[in-house]
Amino acid sequence: MITVENLVKRFGAKCAVDNISFEVKRGEVLGFLGPNGAGKSTTMRIVTGFMPATSGRVTIGGHDVAENPIAAKKLVGYLPESAPSYPDMTVGGFLAWAADMRGLDGARKASALQRVTELCFLQGVLHQSVDTLSKGFRHRTCLAQSLIHDPEVLVLDEPTDGLDPNQKHEIRQLIKRMGETKAIVFSTHILEEVEACCSRAIIIDRGRVVTDGTPEQLKAKDDDAGMVTLRVHGVDAGTVQAKLSQVVEAGRVTASAEGTRVVARVEARRRGEGGDLANAVAEVVHRERWRFDELHTEEGRLDNVFRKITRPDSARS
Amino acid sequence: MEGTGRGVVVRRMKATRFMDQERTNMSEGLRNMWAISRRELGGYFNSPVAYVFIVIFLLLNGFFTFSLGYYFERGQASLAEPFFSWHPWLYLFLVPSVGMRLWAEERRSGTLELLLTMPIAPWQAIVGKFLASWIFLGIALVLTFPIVLTTAYLGDPDNGSVLAGYLGSFLLAGAYLGVTELMSAVTRNQIIAFIISVVVCFFLILCGWEPVTQFLVNHLPDGVVSLVKGLSTWYHFLAFQRGVIDVRDLLYFGSVMGFSLFATSVVLRGVRGA
Ligand SMILES: Nc1ncnc2c1ncn2[C@@H]1O[C@H](COP(=O)(O)OP(=O)(O)OP(=O)(O)O)[C@@H](O)[C@H]1O
Ligand SMILES: [Mg+2]
Repeated sequence: MITVENLVKRFGAKCAVDNISFEVKRGEVLGFLGPNGAGKSTTMRIVTGFMPATSGRVTIGGHDVAENPIAAKKLVGYLPESAPSYPDMTVGGFLAWAADMRGLDGARKASALQRVTELCFLQGVLHQSVDTLSKGFRHRTCLAQSLIHDPEVLVLDEPTDGLDPNQKHEIRQLIKRMGETKAIVFSTHILEEVEACCSRAIIIDRGRVVTDGTPEQLKAKDDDAGMVTLRVHGVDAGTVQAKLSQVVEAGRVTASAEGTRVVARVEARRRGEGGDLANAVAEVVHRERWRFDELHTEEGRLDNVFRKITRPDSARS
Repeated sequence: MEGTGRGVVVRRMKATRFMDQERTNMSEGLRNMWAISRRELGGYFNSPVAYVFIVIFLLLNGFFTFSLGYYFERGQASLAEPFFSWHPWLYLFLVPSVGMRLWAEERRSGTLELLLTMPIAPWQAIVGKFLASWIFLGIALVLTFPIVLTTAYLGDPDNGSVLAGYLGSFLLAGAYLGVTELMSAVTRNQIIAFIISVVVCFFLILCGWEPVTQFLVNHLPDGVVSLVKGLSTWYHFLAFQRGVIDVRDLLYFGSVMGFSLFATSVVLRGVRGA
């Protein structure tokens, strides 16, 4: 539904988006990650037709955003980063305006209003003026606006920003559910969100895509991924280290005493053999009749991966 | 023969389909425009500012007409001098105060991003906003009718002249409003938009205002003076004020509005790009 090819956006001398390409199909939820100033919002502004690109091509449902903007925009629901709405309107009035802009009228408009009000939990504030809403409600009002025409494509810039934990959970569930039938791109700084609802994630840094893959593939890039941790008691650290080092699949082994227990970390000799390694370690435990209370394979953590591939740079604005 | 015939039919069918397409686009365009106008109008009337504006407008009109305009002393049943002649000055401040927020506010609050990612053409938003403010100014203008009634009660004014005066006044407001909408797109600060609009509109008055043209005549060749005069809202409003509707004056006001709205679209394109 969304294709982005070699997208470049320059602001003066500054290159905010530097040759980004990706594709989102129906049924996919793409997570957009990256440090502040990486170019996430800029990319989304170009995809939704707000900004023209310096070069490159964006199509939505086959319509080129630059050449056929209206047809493309009809398919898209967009939640801008600042979740703007008109402060002098009521929530209901604002949503009705959004429905008008999307060409909904009569019964379709009424049912659309009803639907988004329920989806975004706005029943209690429909008659309240937007400028008296709390930040989270304002955010949800703007989110509701993006869903009013039940679009095939959703572009959400930090959809859970400013929401309370319950609402974050609800909105993630909503994104995940809608992702089954729509093409969704959303940006976030909350990495659990990627695991909770993305089918794919892209990390961009300084305008370039640095990784693209499923959350599992990304996590596997963690240096600790595949490492097996074992916690035993009743033996000393030296013995544990010696015995585990004999395992064929094992790479580096460290063991240290923590109170009455010994914690051993076994790295795989080669990446991607986590399952076998855990089995081999379990066999040693069994053979030596160690008493253990923990044995698990590290999946890798997204925040480690994120830190590893997007180096901090204070010069970035 | 048959082949050509069929070709013509096909072409005609294509043409009708194209026209249908155009027609739906057109009605869709009008619908979008109206949705935008309605929101803007709602914005005016939901806030006390609109009512304050209308009251000030009416009070000033009354003050200028009856006090400064020597309405009663003139002893004439004419609105030209005492009433309409003040409008260029009244509008100078009142129209920018109505139009200053049109785009500046959208830019400041970030709703511009929302508005311009809706499936509408930018001109629909530009014209929609313009119409809303113009309708609002029109309502304020219509509410001056007691002055006309007073005149009709006291004497026997020429209805045609009164209507021409109102038409001219409305067009004048539209011209200022176009300038204001343009200036409002240039900045995200309403106050700055207001100030630049007042300055520009002031120049549009000045370059046709008699004291200035008198001065220019002594210093510049005639051709230049008439060109400068031709650019002035004052000069073109004068005829309406006297009850004359001239196509050239209509064209002038039409083109000021058209040009400002077109320039607004150019400015907005720049705003989105940077
Ligand atoms: N209108 C603009 N004019 C000039 N520079 C801009 C403009 N918009 C964005 N930039 C620059 O482009 C870069 C990317 O900004 P962008 O807002 O896309 O980052 P982001 O990835 O969304 O960051 P965040 O996580 O903080 O939201 C930044 O360096 C920013 O300063
Ligand atoms: Mg951003």
